[in-house]
Amino acid sequence: MTTMTTETTRVHPATSDPAEGLQRHLSLGTTISHTFTMAWRALKKMRRNPEQFMDVTLQPLLFTAMFAYVFGGAISGDVSDYLPSLIPGVLAMGALTACMATGVQLREDMDKGVFDRFRAMPIARIAPLAGPMVADLVRYALAGTLTFAAGIAMGYRPGGGVFGSVAAIALVMVCGWSMAWIFTWVGTWARSASSVQGISMMFLFPLTFLSNAFVPADTLPDWLHAFVNVNPVSHVVSAARSLANDGALSGEVGWSLLTCAIVVAIFAPLSVRSYKRSM
Amino acid sequence: MNTSPTKSSALDRPSEVAVQATGLVKVFGDNRAVDGIDLDIRRGEIYGVLGPNGAGKTTVLKMLATLLPMDGGRASVFGVDVRDDPHLIRQLIGVTGQYASVDENLTARENLWLFGRLLGLGSGQARSRALELLDQFGLQEAANRPISAFSGGMRRRLDLAASLITRPPLIFLDEPTTGLDPRTRGQMWDTIRGLVADGCTVLLTTQYLDEADQLADRIAVIDRGRMVAEGTPDHLKESVGSSSLHLQVTDRERMTDAAGLVERVLESTPVLTPEAGGITAALTSADRTADVLIALRDADISVSSVAVHKPTLDEVFLAITGRATDDETDRDQELEVAR
Repeated sequence: MTTMTTETTRVHPATSDPAEGLQRHLSLGTTISHTFTMAWRALKKMRRNPEQFMDVTLQPLLFTAMFAYVFGGAISGDVSDYLPSLIPGVLAMGALTACMATGVQLREDMDKGVFDRFRAMPIARIAPLAGPMVADLVRYALAGTLTFAAGIAMGYRPGGGVFGSVAAIALVMVCGWSMAWIFTWVGTWARSASSVQGISMMFLFPLTFLSNAFVPADTLPDWLHAFVNVNPVSHVVSAARSLANDGALSGEVGWSLLTCAIVVAIFAPLSVRSYKRSM
Repeated sequence: MNTSPTKSSALDRPSEVAVQATGLVKVFGDNRAVDGIDLDIRRGEIYGVLGPNGAGKTTVLKMLATLLPMDGGRASVFGVDVRDDPHLIRQLIGVTGQYASVDENLTARENLWLFGRLLGLGSGQARSRALELLDQFGLQEAANRPISAFSGGMRRRLDLAASLITRPPLIFLDEPTTGLDPRTRGQMWDTIRGLVADGCTVLLTTQYLDEADQLADRIAVIDRGRMVAEGTPDHLKESVGSSSLHLQVTDRERMTDAAGLVERVLESTPVLTPEAGGITAALTSADRTADVLIALRDADISVSSVAVHKPTLDEVFLAITGRATDDETDRDQELEVAR
């Protein structure tokens, strides 16, 4: 092992002031650059641990087929009639499950030594959280594409065409990314990865199943109907339906995006605060 | 956060001070892990914090490295306040933890590239700096291997390399050689000395007296969150005494002859334990062991065991605090013997 003594001049001459010329604030550009570097790290990690893709590959395929054949006849009288309302539902569910994994993996990651290094480095505090979330867009895109592919294989012909379908997937990706901030926040304070999973499930099940994702909301009792109507997942599903099936940009799209913005505005600062405090 | 420029108090800031801390306190529940520690570390020195497991060494270091909030006291690094300006502190320090803090999912080269990018290097700069460091730390052959295939020593080296990317003026090393084999330990020591030759200041924690002795210009001994002694290694060793030679003679009949020889060679009176055939004598230098053994062989006296004991952390503690460490130090002794 050689050392740096070969350099004729010392790196830190005694006459210089080390505290001179330090950066007091991080610019927005630096913050974005840090976030993308962290996203690169998360993508490398995904490529080396392909089992992480299980939930976004198997689940859309399995759930699309399962729900279509089990509920199709009962709800719409026919599998192919059910598909137009089911596919956007599975799409939303897939994104929600995928963003729950974001929180679980963050917790796992934070327990590793490398996070100590990130904490001791002069980097944007939001980058270690936002980076993996940017990388997770790949997962949402994969889940969305596979859901549509499974639907199309079963006879679904989206009325909105390619544009409508892509727009629906894009909307769900944005929503998944925004909702992931909730689970990221849980990840910053929960004690372990499995507790993140448990806590997230508690949110996730009512949100997905008490929505219009799989059944028409008007078949439900009034009190439940009221909840389903305010459930943000219902708005996302309705918005995705109108995009995919009619190629129409309905008001639901606006509501969905507004909800997403509110979620990010609340949970992103909470997550960063909680991350700074942890350890 | 105050908005005044960093150099506002340049005149009254003594530039030869690297770390200044007064009354550091950290409380975990009812445990005062750090209980009023003052530090005054000069620029360009290696400062060793010595103590058994759980003494509070790592906690002190984590507070100074902005990894843990302080519950009391103040600290500054090169005149920058740790509590007020953590972001500035992070630009001045490199931290190498007790457990390698590198990314298991990446290769050595990718790790260094990642940290380089995060520290503001351009992609190309980060790549060439990574190669430079891999070369410097003898890791070039393992550059593209995943970290999971690395040995403990290689990880530790990579970890240190990652702390040096932007050549920070102050390096924190938390037990840099714990668990390493003696050869790798020696290499690590050379690297640490090299840092100081570059003008870096090093704060290192260790459980090993001989490590602190080898590296540190000054040592603080801490115990139960308090500093119990501070001084140069020589100063500390004076309080404990030098190393000692332990011999066991195979044939007890020859004990007296052997003791006479030992006394003549070492010029000090040995202590005898005749039941076990044991002879113990103070050594001024471990080199004299060979002289003793040669003299014994010439006199045809055979020995069944030979050992040289350096003063252990336990003995330092015994000398300073009048009691042994709370911790098992068997491991330290094993390493002493292995060296």
